[in-house]
Amino acid sequence: MLMQRQLRLSIACVVAFLSVLLGLPVLNYLVPELMGRRVLGFTLTWMVLGVGFFPAVWVIAWVFIRRSIALEEWEWREVAAQEEKASGEQLQDKL
Amino acid sequence: MSIDPWVIVFSAVTVLATVLLGFWSAQKSKTASDFFVAGRSVSVGWNASAISGEYLSAASFMGVAGMVMSSGYDALWYPVGYACGYLFLLLFIAGPLRRFGAYTIPDFAEGRFDSPLFRKIAVIFVLFIGFFYTMPQMKGAGTTLAYIFPGMPYWGGVVLVGAVITLNVALGGMKGITLVQAFQYWLKMFAISVPVFVLMAVYGHYGAQLAVNGEPGTQVSVSVTSPGFLALPGGDDVVTLRKALPEKAPSDGVWLAPFGPLTSKAARAAGLPADESRPYSLLYTYSLIVALVCGTAGLPHILVRFYTNPDGVAAKRTTMWVMILIGVFYLFPPVFGVIGRNLLPDLYAAAGAKGTDKIVLELPRVLNQSFPGLGSVMSGITCAGAFAAFMSTFSGLLVSMTGALAHDVYGRILRPDATQKQRMRMFRVGAIVLGSGAVVAGTFVEPFQINFMVGQAFAIAAASYFPLLFMSIWWRGLTMKGAASGMLTGGMLAVAAISLTSFSDLGWVELGSYWAAYPLLRILCEQPAIWAVPLAITTMVAVSKATHREVPPDVRMKMLVLHAPEKLGLKQEYIQEHAAGMNP
Repeated sequence: MLMQRQLRLSIACVVAFLSVLLGLPVLNYLVPELMGRRVLGFTLTWMVLGVGFFPAVWVIAWVFIRRSIALEEWEWREVAAQEEKASGEQLQDKL
Repeated sequence: MSIDPWVIVFSAVTVLATVLLGFWSAQKSKTASDFFVAGRSVSVGWNASAISGEYLSAASFMGVAGMVMSSGYDALWYPVGYACGYLFLLLFIAGPLRRFGAYTIPDFAEGRFDSPLFRKIAVIFVLFIGFFYTMPQMKGAGTTLAYIFPGMPYWGGVVLVGAVITLNVALGGMKGITLVQAFQYWLKMFAISVPVFVLMAVYGHYGAQLAVNGEPGTQVSVSVTSPGFLALPGGDDVVTLRKALPEKAPSDGVWLAPFGPLTSKAARAAGLPADESRPYSLLYTYSLIVALVCGTAGLPHILVRFYTNPDGVAAKRTTMWVMILIGVFYLFPPVFGVIGRNLLPDLYAAAGAKGTDKIVLELPRVLNQSFPGLGSVMSGITCAGAFAAFMSTFSGLLVSMTGALAHDVYGRILRPDATQKQRMRMFRVGAIVLGSGAVVAGTFVEPFQINFMVGQAFAIAAASYFPLLFMSIWWRGLTMKGAASGMLTGGMLAVAAISLTSFSDLGWVELGSYWAAYPLLRILCEQPAIWAVPLAITTMVAVSKATHREVPPDVRMKMLVLHAPEKLGLKQEYIQEHAAGMNP
């Protein structure tokens, strides 16, 4: 069923997204020294949250949109093929 | 400080352009259905700009910068949450809701359960969320006006801006017109980015400004107590500068690191030492993330825009572009906060409308010291952006709240037999009543930060509409009673908890010693999403199980409409065949 496939895709993307989103506070909590290390003047954690986060989200969204459109296309083709087959059989019956 | 002519010119042009554009395009599309139907042909680029324009409120434009300046790292969760909320919306809600073809959340609530009663219940939260969302916009208005006209009291600006917009909405301008909203996005984007580039070119880039918040041992951590600038060895002809921080400002280490002043406030009020307060800060951070990420999906004035796409694929592309547009925008406000900490630390010592929330407006003025005139022009540009931000959001909210009041509360509950003319009159009266209410509430919220208040509106949306949408879309077993009781339990408890903390902060209820004794309770009341969202969902499941006989009989059909690809949506045979073949 398409709904289940769509849900599975959504869940896969959300797991990727949540592990980044919810993982960062854990890293801040457990390894503050590492996350406080300086990169180009930024602390590492500031770099990740204030700058790097947005492109990461874009990538997840882009993957989701491509896969989701492909899924719908696939489902549509499958139904269209079934119908073609059905109408083809009807045609043969008539002949 | 005197009135700056440049600032007035830029602000006045923005206000006039917005009002005139609003009226001009409102004449072109007379009714709501005109707007929706015409909107369906809007191209992806325009539509994405319009959604982003509607989304970026005073909190994004002024509040994020102000909060980064006052609280440091922790405030970065807000822009990230605002942007990530959109991803959540895309993943779970946008596509199905669009296919369902309901224009608003109350429309959806009625259609999904075939229950006019549920619509009446659901509409309450349009008013609640809208009300909590208008208060920070009013704070933005009062702050901006107090900056432009230095003698003006805070409440004066709130009343003036509130009156202008309310009148405008009541007279029929300012409908959610794509063109106006798209124009507003690009205005805000221009106004936030250009001054940042100029400031960075003169005073050093983002990273260099952060580096000044030094670690011990680096040469830049020296701070002088005398007034005036401290020139730092930046090399080249670009000089990095920093003024001495006042007493009230958080110290460099606390400001720069996670779990700083914002999230550890309750624990510090309780007198806990730094290492014991960290678990509380972690909890606060997570609750904030839940509120922002789930809350976006439940904002009543944002979802409407998803219907202005020609098809589902375009709706998904639009969301992608929205995330890029708002993501790029959110890179800039924190830079104001960081540079502001170095160059305008005097704001730490002030409170309310004179505090850090006005950093976006005032910071560009420091450029006048090196390049007379340039700073005024830049400050005028950011003021124009601020006007665009709170005007568009306030009028958008007022239109949806008034629509709910006139259409649902009056037209369906109080006077179902009212004529079209009576309803139009009610719309005007409603706009004035709600606008006045927002102004009165707005005058009380000066002590609160803009961003903080918007975060609380998100928490209410997350606890009420988000569970409703999420469960209705993905769970067949949901009944009307389950959905209603979950939404009411989560939403009302969130409203109560948030109001309680606000009342105690305003001094209306004396709870200071109680909060100090129970910092955990304080955090859970101030940021309720972490318990309110699961509570709402659990209530929905429990009540739906208890009333499982009342699952709508055509639920399979509803699910198909929500989830079948649009290309197949029009094929009745497909839907019937699959509805018959689908086993629970």
